[in-house]
Amino acid sequence: MNHKTLYDKLWDAHLVRQEPDGTALIYIDRHLIHEVTSPQAFEGLRLAGRKPWRTGSIVATADHNVPTDPGEAEIRDPISREQVVTLDQNIRAFGALRYFPFHDPRQGIVHVIGPESGATLPGMTVVCGDSHTSTHGAFACLAHGIGTSEVEHVLATQCLIQKKAKNMRVRVDGSLPPGVYAKDVILAIIGRIGTAGGTGHAIEFAGEAIRSLSMEGRMTVCNMAIEAGARVGMVAVDDKTIDYFRDKPLAPKGALWEQAVEYWRTLVSDPAARFDREVLLDASTLKPQVTWGTSPEMVTDIDGRVPDPASFADPVKRDAAERALAYMGLEPGTPISQIRVDQVFIGSCTNSRIEDLRAAAAVVRGRKKAANVKRVLVVPGSGLVKKQAEEEGLHRIFIEAGFEWRDPGCSMCLAMNADRLEPGERCASTSNRNFEGRQGAGGRTHLVSPAMAAAAAIAGRFADVRELLPASV
Amino acid sequence: MEPFIRLDALVAPLDRANVDTDAIIPKQFLKSIHRSGFGPYLFDAWRYLDRGEPGMDCSKRPRNPDFVLNQPRYQGAQILFVRENFGCGSSREHAPWALLDDGFRALIGPSFADIFYNNCFKNGLLPIVLPAEEVDRLFGECEATPGYRLVIDLPSQTITTPEGRVIAFEIDPFRKECLLNGWDDIGLTLRHADEIRRFEQDYRARHPYYFVEEPAA
Repeated sequence: MNHKTLYDKLWDAHLVRQEPDGTALIYIDRHLIHEVTSPQAFEGLRLAGRKPWRTGSIVATADHNVPTDPGEAEIRDPISREQVVTLDQNIRAFGALRYFPFHDPRQGIVHVIGPESGATLPGMTVVCGDSHTSTHGAFACLAHGIGTSEVEHVLATQCLIQKKAKNMRVRVDGSLPPGVYAKDVILAIIGRIGTAGGTGHAIEFAGEAIRSLSMEGRMTVCNMAIEAGARVGMVAVDDKTIDYFRDKPLAPKGALWEQAVEYWRTLVSDPAARFDREVLLDASTLKPQVTWGTSPEMVTDIDGRVPDPASFADPVKRDAAERALAYMGLEPGTPISQIRVDQVFIGSCTNSRIEDLRAAAAVVRGRKKAANVKRVLVVPGSGLVKKQAEEEGLHRIFIEAGFEWRDPGCSMCLAMNADRLEPGERCASTSNRNFEGRQGAGGRTHLVSPAMAAAAAIAGRFADVRELLPASV
Repeated sequence: MEPFIRLDALVAPLDRANVDTDAIIPKQFLKSIHRSGFGPYLFDAWRYLDRGEPGMDCSKRPRNPDFVLNQPRYQGAQILFVRENFGCGSSREHAPWALLDDGFRALIGPSFADIFYNNCFKNGLLPIVLPAEEVDRLFGECEATPGYRLVIDLPSQTITTPEGRVIAFEIDPFRKECLLNGWDDIGLTLRHADEIRRFEQDYRARHPYYFVEEPAA
């Protein structure tokens, strides 16, 4: 029993009570809130005459509906505006530790600003009414995406009702070849285990390739745990984790910092811990990934081809592949590198951090957007990411290449604001979901890494970024 | 939440795997700050031929005749057959809200995505997991039998087919109790408020670095 996984340790540290059938109350340290999934929760509180249990746990921002065009001072869409105004009103009425409203210099995508502000710290339980809350697991947090009823429940009780998930470890050994990034790792994992492969499990990502990733890269991997069906994805604490928080505004200081670090160092799976399921990947064999269908598991290598639905033995998968190719407007056997794109989107909680922008800029430097590409949006994840990118001159590289340099927000990851695809348009996107209509009704999404998105923008079609990278990288 | 005890209702089959919550209720409808009114936009991109926007009068929109839920024989269905990994993707609770608002009270399929599955129970929508072969058989029966109905009895955890075949299903005892009584989770949890408070005090003493800037209670 004393051989615990990281998940076991995080679970035990937050367990308030457990019923005989396993139903448990888990104490929540950090409640991240955005405008889309919170209004009905606050309304529920109000109707029941309840108050938040601990406003000091709440950090809020507006991200899904905000315009990212720097020319837009206001939200034009009245319904979007009402939702953002409602968040303003709710936070004013109920309180929060921090609120980063629209136009605040630190506003951004909730999963980017959480860690960046130190609101997310190792060992915390983190919830947000957003499935990509798994992102925070990169810092050895137990982070759950929750529904609106659960948002209200956490507001009112500071607890989440949960049953413990099974333990799963995905170990990625070896080192990543040049041109292969965290995004390719997670897409390859999803391709291997499927979009339901992690259902009912908490996934710990481990192995040399994961340890060698920056915190930003680990966030990309954990972000898409949900696309593998797992509500929770995690990486154990190491020196990089701790170093990341040294100068973060909400991180503890002085003696509290030392005390925290001592605890954080224990947030690793014990060597003899048992996992219910283990998956192994060899990083050295990975290539840049491109999705071809309407589910993240429909993915292949850049030098691969669109598969023939007839090649799938499982009739459900065959049917899904046929539907996907019809929606995507693709023919079986087409080389991925011959697929032309109309738009490119670099952004989202998966890939909008400084490292992502640097990776894209390294490919773009001195090159121009292809003529057939109508628009390339580069949307930094937060005001601070934008500022840092500008200090490094990355924005100039993008602008000179004919890309649009935008303000922070969720943008065309889900197209709740004005950034969207037109029917039939094809997009190379660094976001997390290639579902039908996700980036706009009828839009066709191919998920890729930031470097691959940049390569597609330059080539006008999917291109192998390994051939475009400067020799020194 | 409306209690769920027994349901005798018409069934509709939605024969595709990995139906995501973007398909169940597209993003443009999530801008509403209310819990109701999502029903007409359920499966919007599949149900209609035009592009849906919030506030549209859906009775005047062109319907896609090929979409199964538009077939006359399935009008009024309250039970939906689904395939594997139904409800994957976004955590939006608007998905179960839309299903309920359109009249559905139960879903039957081989597997559901975690967050969606959880969200259903919070709203009195019963998601039933059955083995894939059983679901296959039910799809076959439903498609072959106009007016196909099922009786779902939650207390006995059984489904009864028109020919009298009884299928047992599993459900978590806590969730079952909540559904049968229409209980509100928050009220239940707050019965343990003192225990939560004690845990919090102890936790705060052990992990003071998580309470930076918070005055002691």
